[in-house]
Amino acid sequence: MFTPKRAIFAASLWLAMMAGASWAETPNLGKPIDEAAIAPWDISILPDGTGLPKGSGTPAQGAPIFAEKCAACHGDNGKGGEAAALVSDRELAGISAAQKTIRNFWPYSTTIFDFIRRAMPAQMPHSLTDDEVYALTAYILAENKLIGANDTMDAQSLPKVKMPNRDNFIIRFPDRI
Amino acid sequence: MSKSRDRKARGEALDAAAGNGLLDRRALLGRGMALAGAIGAGIGPSAAGAEPPAQPLTDDPWSLEFGDRTLPYQVRSKFEAKVVRTLSNPKNELRNSHARTPHHLLEGTTTPNALHFTINHGGIPDIDPDKHRLVIHGLVKQPLEFTLETLSRYPMISRVAFVECGGNSAPMFSPEPLQETVQALHGLASCAEWTGVKLSTLLEETGIDPRAKWFIAEGADSPHLSRSVPMKKALDDAMIVLYQNGERLMPGNGYPMRLLLPGYEGNMNVKFLRRIKLVEQPALSMYEARTYSPILPNGKAYRFYFLQEVKSFITYPSHGHTLKGPGLYEISGIAYSGTGPIEKVMVSADGGQSWAQAALQEPVLSKAFTRFRLPWRWNGGPATLLSRAWDQSGNVQPTRAEFVVARGELTKPPPVLGFLNQHYNSITSWGVGSNGEVKHVYA
Repeated sequence: MFTPKRAIFAASLWLAMMAGASWAETPNLGKPIDEAAIAPWDISILPDGTGLPKGSGTPAQGAPIFAEKCAACHGDNGKGGEAAALVSDRELAGISAAQKTIRNFWPYSTTIFDFIRRAMPAQMPHSLTDDEVYALTAYILAENKLIGANDTMDAQSLPKVKMPNRDNFIIRFPDRI
Repeated sequence: MSKSRDRKARGEALDAAAGNGLLDRRALLGRGMALAGAIGAGIGPSAAGAEPPAQPLTDDPWSLEFGDRTLPYQVRSKFEAKVVRTLSNPKNELRNSHARTPHHLLEGTTTPNALHFTINHGGIPDIDPDKHRLVIHGLVKQPLEFTLETLSRYPMISRVAFVECGGNSAPMFSPEPLQETVQALHGLASCAEWTGVKLSTLLEETGIDPRAKWFIAEGADSPHLSRSVPMKKALDDAMIVLYQNGERLMPGNGYPMRLLLPGYEGNMNVKFLRRIKLVEQPALSMYEARTYSPILPNGKAYRFYFLQEVKSFITYPSHGHTLKGPGLYEISGIAYSGTGPIEKVMVSADGGQSWAQAALQEPVLSKAFTRFRLPWRWNGGPATLLSRAWDQSGNVQPTRAEFVVARGELTKPPPVLGFLNQHYNSITSWGVGSNGEVKHVYA
């Protein structure tokens, strides 16, 4: 029998189907995992320093590590070789990306730590300790005269390093964020 | 008689669409009568007089013997061996490797899997799919881990989408046209049908903390390549892709799973995807803070460009082709926009003085390659071929002059493999000489 109650049910079912672009039900096959178990993979670092690990390093500690593990590709003292120069006083001129350096372009010092830790050395990524990554970051920053020769880099000091080009960026399509 | 004369007159009027021999886009599509009229008017395939007359037909050896065995996974004809990607790092040195799609040797809109462009920054990882894991964590209600097997049981969707490197077409920033093929200039874009699970489906299961504004995607490759993506895109059309043109992803395209962000810069479509972390602010990883922040003429730089804007280029004829005598040709090319479907493509044969609308091959899909075609009667004289695309959001491909005003150009010609700026989308021009050679020109 057709009843108002049944009509309301049918209508609501129809509405649910029309809204079916979002699946009301998923197979629920994702396995719960806690953040502690994810920690070995969680190497994300944000510009405010969120995610930076414990540990520290100085330019003096970084210099011998750089000579041993980085200079073969990046050149003595990071002046450039097969891989990009990491230390340069070159200024930006024109639109060529070849002019970009850590000093004249990179907006956040945290990106240096992040990239070394996630990707370097290219033939053996993830082989450096966090102290070694801090030391290399400190060495590169000091060689670029962005920190003092005796400054220590750690989770508190690294995000505070002011990079010269930080305020020189324009968000291309703000409405997409 | 008079009817036929009328038809002929009408056909000729329809045929001329723009200067220097461009014909109406309908002339070759289901309008046999118009074409018959056109041939009657002397514009059919030409140079017939120069060719020797046809000889009596004979059987070749392959018609007289039992053929080759059938393979479990078939390979193309040996006669097609020259249709390959060009490699930037064939010895796999410790740097990135590019492989470019040979657009000038392909047709249609689907890039064969073996010819899909790839860029890998730390080689191609040899991933055992049974051991691969995808975790989604951070600002979620419940962090979850997925395997390839479990993901395969989720509701899937298939969509055709182009993927384009943010540095594709970078040689066009040169102050003078580099004499290179469309493969070298625009080969870092390809198009495939991708099948997988919508990211929003998985996020329904993890739940989303309302503070989450971005997610960080990370690969299982050796550089652990990572990019930040607005949650807007996650809830719109982002996908975890498992299949490419119906088969599992190619290793170079992210096997066993990759992120697909239709219309967005290739590098953001993280391959070998193993981790998604929901966060409040972007990470400013190296690829977003440095590499894909293009420098502007005023010394500032764009950040979070994301979009691959409306673009088109003619693939035939293009640099490397040689036209064999005057006559009827079909101009063919590719158009696409990261914003949505292509609205129209205009073609010029006289360097942009006059334009004719090209036919678009159906179906015209959003954020996918669209093939355009236009008949052209080459008179044997100099011609400059251009294409210009509009998308359905009203965006138009800029002229080179407009583009250079806004984005600048390099002071000297760059190495063709360089990426000295990003997100180039203006018009490509091909100059056809009287000898039939096609050169890259700036019109």
